[in-house]
Amino acid sequence: MDLKDKVPRHASFTQHQQKWEDPSILDYSRRIESPFLAFNQTHTSQIKVPVQHGVVNELVQASKVQDWDPSAMLDNLSFLEQKIHQLQDLVHLIIGRKGQVLGRPDELVVQQQQLVTADLTSIIVQLISTAGSLLPSGKHTLSAATPSLEQSGQFGGVVFPSAQGLNDGFQPQNAGGCKVSGLPNSVDISRKNGNEQNHIIEEHELKDEEDVEEGESLIPGTYEILQLEKEEILAPHTHFCTICGKGFKRDANLRMHMRGHGDEYKTPGALAKPNKESGSEPTIIKRYSCPYTGCKRNKDHKKFQPLKTILCVKNHYKRTHCDKSYICSRCNTKKFSVIADLKTHEKHCGKDKWLCSCGTTFSRKDKLFGHIALFQGHTPAIPLEEAKAPAGPSDQGDSNHAANKVGSMNFNFSSNVSSESEVQSSMDIKGNVDDPAGYFSPLSFDTCNFGGFHEFPRPPFDDSESNLAFLLSGSCNYPHTSGED
Amino acid sequence: MSQESIGNTVGASNNVNRNATNINLQDVIREMDRLLQQRLRPMEERIEQLEEISLEGQLSQRRHNSECEEEYDGEIDDEQAYEQATRQGLRQQEPRHQRARPRYKLPVLSGFLNSTQTPMKKQKQDNPFNLVAEEIIFIILDLLNRNSLAIKSFSLVCKSFYAVESKHRCSLKPLRQERLPALLSRYPNITHLDLTLCSRVSDASLSLVSHSCASSLRSIDFSRTPLFSTYGLLRLALNCKNIVEIDLSNATELKDSALAAVAEAKNLEKLSLARCKSITDMGVGCVAVGCRKLRFICLKWCFGVGDLGIGLLAVKCKHLCFLDLSYLPITNKCLSSISKLQHLEELILEGCFGIEDDSLAVLKHGCNSLKSLDVSTCQNISHNGLPSLINGALGLRQLTLAHGSPVTSSLADCLRKHSMLQSVKLDGCFVTDDGLKTIGNWCASLRELSLSKCLGVTDEGLSSVVTKHRDLRKLDITCCRKITDASIASITNSCKSLTSLRVESCTLVTREAFVLIGQRCHLLEELDLTDNEVDDKGLKYISRCSELSSLKLGICLNITDEGLIHIGKGCSKLVELDLYRSEEITDSAILAIAQGCPGLEMINMAYCKYITDRSLLSLSKCPQLKTLESRGCSLITSLGLKAVAVGCKELTKLDIKKCHNIDDAGMLPLARFSQNLRQINLSHSSVTDIGLLSLSSISCLQNMTILHLKGLTPAGLAAVLLACGGLKKVKLQATFRWLLPLRLVQYLESRGCMFQWKDKVLQEKLDPKCWKLQLEDLMP
Repeated sequence: MDLKDKVPRHASFTQHQQKWEDPSILDYSRRIESPFLAFNQTHTSQIKVPVQHGVVNELVQASKVQDWDPSAMLDNLSFLEQKIHQLQDLVHLIIGRKGQVLGRPDELVVQQQQLVTADLTSIIVQLISTAGSLLPSGKHTLSAATPSLEQSGQFGGVVFPSAQGLNDGFQPQNAGGCKVSGLPNSVDISRKNGNEQNHIIEEHELKDEEDVEEGESLIPGTYEILQLEKEEILAPHTHFCTICGKGFKRDANLRMHMRGHGDEYKTPGALAKPNKESGSEPTIIKRYSCPYTGCKRNKDHKKFQPLKTILCVKNHYKRTHCDKSYICSRCNTKKFSVIADLKTHEKHCGKDKWLCSCGTTFSRKDKLFGHIALFQGHTPAIPLEEAKAPAGPSDQGDSNHAANKVGSMNFNFSSNVSSESEVQSSMDIKGNVDDPAGYFSPLSFDTCNFGGFHEFPRPPFDDSESNLAFLLSGSCNYPHTSGED
Repeated sequence: MSQESIGNTVGASNNVNRNATNINLQDVIREMDRLLQQRLRPMEERIEQLEEISLEGQLSQRRHNSECEEEYDGEIDDEQAYEQATRQGLRQQEPRHQRARPRYKLPVLSGFLNSTQTPMKKQKQDNPFNLVAEEIIFIILDLLNRNSLAIKSFSLVCKSFYAVESKHRCSLKPLRQERLPALLSRYPNITHLDLTLCSRVSDASLSLVSHSCASSLRSIDFSRTPLFSTYGLLRLALNCKNIVEIDLSNATELKDSALAAVAEAKNLEKLSLARCKSITDMGVGCVAVGCRKLRFICLKWCFGVGDLGIGLLAVKCKHLCFLDLSYLPITNKCLSSISKLQHLEELILEGCFGIEDDSLAVLKHGCNSLKSLDVSTCQNISHNGLPSLINGALGLRQLTLAHGSPVTSSLADCLRKHSMLQSVKLDGCFVTDDGLKTIGNWCASLRELSLSKCLGVTDEGLSSVVTKHRDLRKLDITCCRKITDASIASITNSCKSLTSLRVESCTLVTREAFVLIGQRCHLLEELDLTDNEVDDKGLKYISRCSELSSLKLGICLNITDEGLIHIGKGCSKLVELDLYRSEEITDSAILAIAQGCPGLEMINMAYCKYITDRSLLSLSKCPQLKTLESRGCSLITSLGLKAVAVGCKELTKLDIKKCHNIDDAGMLPLARFSQNLRQINLSHSSVTDIGLLSLSSISCLQNMTILHLKGLTPAGLAAVLLACGGLKKVKLQATFRWLLPLRLVQYLESRGCMFQWKDKVLQEKLDPKCWKLQLEDLMP
């Protein structure tokens, strides 16, 4: 577990954030947790750079880095390579120390070290190949062409086992309900699976959000509709190892895993990305349907709007039809069903300062005002600390009331939405909870409280004129008759 | 029952059109008169019976008893009469504080008063007014309403009068908040409470107000009154359910939370928040949501309020008809929602720099209901954007484009088809001749045109405007320095019905031209000739304007007593006269004015160095005099001031700066008689501690300027400041700042008094002629 946390953190030291923030790589590093066992038996030296080339190349293409300055990029990346080697040492050290401290057997420590080494090396391999792919296009196409040629020869050999394994992997688990069904135009999954997976990977890299494809308008019938079952959508993995049964989110990860099962999986052909069948048959556009009947994204809905990718299906299903189980630990109010949403929220949590009387907070003032304009009875809520209006210097008696008022005022805002009776009850509660000054509740204010009016503290000077009567004697003694002159 | 209904009806008629109520009032009075006659007959009969009884030799004691018995019947009669009156629709009454005194006379009432005088003197309890329905006395009081002294005397006649007056009064303007408890317990039917004179209003006072006038209060004015907070406002909003109008102007400390409190006043229709600099969109949003009936809102100088708040206001308050958004940082974004307001009649966008031509085009149809639009100082609105703002508003009557983009023919062309247009203000704009000619071709006939301080106004341009708009009532050509006699000639030739003409500082106009004004414009009520060449001959002709009520002759160095004597003879309705630095004026001119214009309320004789006590003595015969400025008249003494103090009981503003001969002896009569004095300037006079201290008996005194008083000591000053409890603003020399105890200053500030510390050295006296020359040198 510790390892999993550490890898991305070190990665951030590489000062090449944009690369690491690319979802594919992040995902990859996150997934490292699972292939631990598999990597146990591998030796780093055995990994061949060219073998990986094709796969990584695809990844890089997908992550839209081509338009950067290639030579500068390369320099940058070789620098990164050095960095990562340094990191590797560092991790070695840390792991070694940790093992000693915990008093684990030496063997385990060594194993772990090997693991880390394997991880890091694979990352470095990726980086190097990335740099290679950034070279001018002539070389790029050349290098890309080689594996694809090899691939075509070995296509049947490599792709089918994986596709087969996939089916084997989840068929028992899903009790036979996993097949794409009920569609006249649906294709045999076993034949097309490799192709499909490939497609998925590409799509995943490009976009995570289902709403991106909102505006798409495909003519019904021109595309193929696939519908995954609920269990399939919620399953954490879609790619399973045929040998040990371990599940993976990505086919690439599975292929990396497969290397550990024997040398036959280490051939460049086996590790290469199963490419699309060369343009012999036109690719049919695939769209997805939500299995939830009645949903707009369900194919039986009148105004059916298809989902573009499997990831879209997953996110849509979780967001719309599942419980929101992830709760923000900071505000304890916002709930999410997709963990990525929670993470996005956590970035902004606490910064929402625009508050409506209904309790909804907004990060932007215009959003709040749009909300208020839309709903009857909602009103902007004034933050508490501001509500404490400064009392005048001689109004100390009042300031107490004012402070008390602040509370009941906020309550008043909420009264807009709640019913009268609730108002009463909450007011009573307030009276009990607060200090004795609570009797100043807004509706039960009566005369007796006005005693305070005469009593409120005054500064030492009294402004009544009587005290200065002696000073005014001149004006008092003024002969009144003079006026009649 | 009767009180309650009066309170309600007064409030209800607040919204009624003034003209309509005036007509109603006439009907009411006529009806009352008829009723009174009906009621008077049995009373006269009763009196006759009583006289018969006394003739029969009955004792006066017995007569008293019988009267007491009769009194009861009288009460019942009153009730019946009242019911009858209500049935006939007599409930319509105008708010008393706004009412002008109707000229309709009640001969019966006066006769009635005469006939009942005798029994009144005999025995207090015989007061025959007990026989008269309260409503009738209320009507009488309404007629008295202009004259506060008369009302006061009325209430002091007897207990029942006192009680009736207490019930009758619905508008209150207290001087100090300390007196509020007593006042509110005396006057239970207050609907309008004006707290502007109070130096401070605490939350406790507001609680008291909200408690005692819970249901009756409809309007409250806090403008210029500091030191209340959210808590008090909340009390008010929650308790006074019927409150319709709140004025919170100048409450610069007020926060959004206070507006949240105001939003609890669900029936609010009128809210003024001018210069509430600390409020933001959030507060305005609260008001917008809370006060759905809002019709009038002023947000001038509320810098914290932007598009969002205004947009929400326009969305939520559909009934808005007056919107003042001057100097707000708003942009075109909120204009689209404003333009959707169906009832908006007056929109003020003065100094909204964020509003630009480019996106005004969105508002193709504008506000259809708009009658008055003010886009002055909006430099980003030109002839390109203006049409989109006003195209829909064919009912536009009033347009202010002051200090905006140049008035060219293309700008003026935008308004060609607005036939309802009555008033146009172009103050401070650059105006071209073509622009003015285009204005002349409008299909509207203007009533009011203001070209004050416009650059580029020539004889040609101005003539082309005035010859087309012959119905002009008001014309302002202040500081149009290029115009000559030709303009005056064409103005006087075509606009014979002018009531107001301002020609200040039109220096090229010669003295002969002013004769034309007097010869042709007889309906003038207001004439401003400040800083002009007008002479006695001109004044002689101007004195033919018998309706003249305001005449300004400041810095007219050519006029002498002779001209003013003509004015005094001809213009008997003069209310305001400005003779600032008209040096040749002497006592005989003032005597003529004081004798000829008994209604004089304001006179400025500043720096008329020949003025002596005799002038003040003659002015003391003007009982209405409210403002007297005799700054720099070094010949006047305490004796003259005493005469004014005794004669002019209404005096509220007095400026005797640099009157070196005025000393404590002048202050004592002032303190004794001028109980309405609010503002005084005593700088450079010979007044000392004692004189100042005596002024503390004037409870109205709020504003005091006491600079360069040689006889003033720190101790004396401290006593004065403490004794004058109602002071709101004091101008003092900066040296006193360190001589007064800090604690005292703090206390006074907490009482609502504001200090201004002046550190100015006395300036050399300037000869007015050379001063004027200097001014001219500055001009291009």
